[in-house]
Amino acid sequence: MISAGKVHLFEDLLTQKTRRRNMNTTSTHFVPPRRFEIYEPLNQMSMWEESFKNNGGMYTPSSITIPTNEKPDSLSEDTSHGTEGTPHKFDQEASTSRHPDKIQRRLAQNREAARKSRLRKKAYVQQLETSRLKLIHLEQELDRARQQGFYVGNGVDSTNALGFSDNMSSGIVAFEMEYGHWVEEQNRQICELRRVLHGQVNDIELRSLVENAMKHYFQLFRMKSTAAKIDVFYIMSGMWKTSAERFFLWMGGFKPSDLLKVLLPHFDLLANQQILDVCNLRQSCQQAEDALSQGMEKLQHTLAESVAAGKLGEGSYIPQMTCAMERLEALVSFVNQADHLRLETLQQMHRILTTRQAARGLLSLGEYFQRLRALSSSWATRQREPT
Amino acid sequence: MDKVMRLASEKGVVIFSKSSCCLSYAVQVLFQDLGVNPKIHEIDKDPECREIEKALMRLGCSKPVPAVFIGGKLVGSTNEVMSMHLSSSLVPLVKPYLC
Repeated sequence: MISAGKVHLFEDLLTQKTRRRNMNTTSTHFVPPRRFEIYEPLNQMSMWEESFKNNGGMYTPSSITIPTNEKPDSLSEDTSHGTEGTPHKFDQEASTSRHPDKIQRRLAQNREAARKSRLRKKAYVQQLETSRLKLIHLEQELDRARQQGFYVGNGVDSTNALGFSDNMSSGIVAFEMEYGHWVEEQNRQICELRRVLHGQVNDIELRSLVENAMKHYFQLFRMKSTAAKIDVFYIMSGMWKTSAERFFLWMGGFKPSDLLKVLLPHFDLLANQQILDVCNLRQSCQQAEDALSQGMEKLQHTLAESVAAGKLGEGSYIPQMTCAMERLEALVSFVNQADHLRLETLQQMHRILTTRQAARGLLSLGEYFQRLRALSSSWATRQREPT
Repeated sequence: MDKVMRLASEKGVVIFSKSSCCLSYAVQVLFQDLGVNPKIHEIDKDPECREIEKALMRLGCSKPVPAVFIGGKLVGSTNEVMSMHLSSSLVPLVKPYLC
């Protein structure tokens, strides 16, 4: 039987119920409180006690969603209200007058348990908050990666959130991360060149900037060479580049003669001899590129022959695979040759131009690629808008 | 190796290659574009293939093929040929041997 003296505790429980209902209208979803609302207060209290006991005093909802406007203190108040004394009071109603010490001790124990529960809850909620922040941060990084044109899954396949298929080895993952840093450094160097060229700068400082820019490109070629040994198809397809850059792809990178054609009008005050040299360089580039392209065509032809050798349709093709694999080894050499061509083109331009012209040239080259990357993200954004 | 040096002097521009080597083919195409008709030795069709390979490596080639000789002298492999062409030093070298 419920005595009159317990009414105030009852009212506490009701207000707790209201508070919890209010909380649910924000955005927290704890499953048990919802269930509670359809029960009588008596059932509610015994369920609280049960969940409290079963969870060692820790309130752990079965389905966890990340709370937004969480106020841990109000929750812990509820916990304490929900358990402090009430069930025990009902059970031990008869012995209140007979064993005050026992009651006091019981109360103290409850207070202690409630305090510990509050602390545990606080720690848990803090953990949730940290996870939530981490999640937001990760989502931002994903967005950034998408904008840069990195292949990022649309979240449909949860196991491949970042587009890392089973085939992508750690070496390629490392390459992509290194490339991210490379682009950041590239952007920094471009800003530096821009700043310096707009002001007064001595030749020595300019020369060191030019040297650094050249070394930076050489570093990229080294990175690509390492990655090509791991996955040559990845390099050949330009997978690390943004979509617009990939449109201009030739043998896993930019086509040197095209680049010279684009940048030539932007070189200021080229002496006649320089113009001649640059034109000769462009022609040599084109011839070298043609030769490599034809070599590549032959490789495709011989590879196709190897794959199609023997009887097609029998279902067994191990010897064909072995032969084809041998042919594919040559692909790495081609990718390396293409990068060698790019490197040589850069070095020749460095030789032909003055320091200041080379600095301007590197600035133009760098910004050209920046614009291509920007185009990729603009295009990606445009495509996502509903028509 | 005598055989190698003899073969290398057979013509103005001589390329040691293998029938399966597509990079050697690329080098051949480049010389043809410049107006030269190089002599191609496919060493995998030569019974002394192993010895020729070793000899070419001893001469300083990191890979046995393609090995390019101009005027009987070793110029190098694909890297060297490409570098020379881009620095405009290949054309003068092959001038005496234009078709």
